[in-house]
Amino acid sequence: MKLGILINEGPYQHQASDTALQYVKAAIEKGHEIYRVFFYNDGVNNATRFASPPQDDRNISKEWSALAKTHDIDLVVCVAAAQRRGILDKGEAERNGKDSDNIEEGFRISGLGQLVEAGIQADRLITFGD
Amino acid sequence: MSMLHTVNKSPFENSSVASCISMCAKSSSILFIEDAVISVMKSTKFAEMIESSLKDFKIYALKPDLEARGLSLNNVIEGVEIIEYEGFVDLTTEHDSVQSWL
Repeated sequence: MKLGILINEGPYQHQASDTALQYVKAAIEKGHEIYRVFFYNDGVNNATRFASPPQDDRNISKEWSALAKTHDIDLVVCVAAAQRRGILDKGEAERNGKDSDNIEEGFRISGLGQLVEAGIQADRLITFGD
Repeated sequence: MSMLHTVNKSPFENSSVASCISMCAKSSSILFIEDAVISVMKSTKFAEMIESSLKDFKIYALKPDLEARGLSLNNVIEGVEIIEYEGFVDLTTEHDSVQSWL
């Protein structure tokens, strides 16, 4: 079955992203296809490669990135939510006159249409938030 | 049309659990995750609500979230099904849609 995932919260206020990650791992294990993971609102904070948690702390951006690489998962970050929170890819950094980009490998910045499309194309859309 | 409802807030924090139970259609399933898992423990002031709702709904709780909060599986209300993430995935695919009470 094709599954779409929506994550609305960042890594340090709520459990949403952790629950979603475990859910996605279990779904892949069972042979389901993850159509897309869409990061919205504070959920975009999962997408920075500049986060440097202590070594004994989980690094959820890296975990999403690694999972996406292994299983070819489409990780999409909402552009409007990302700009407000300083999550930028190379193009957005240049366009906004910033000195660097910070998006984690495996994530891409795009629009809300990607969430709508996931809602249409996936068999289920599961929301993880506050 | 069967629906899976997920609730992630403790009933001590807000009214999501009570709202979900009062509003969802009969034959729905309700899955408690994250802080909502305390809802399924015996002897809380919400136990009676959960016990009586078992007549109308299937109720599930996510085991890793119970364990992470030190909630003993022996104290879970009878009739509530304890599941792993694999079970969570199965519930989402077995129902026609998923409603997250956020």
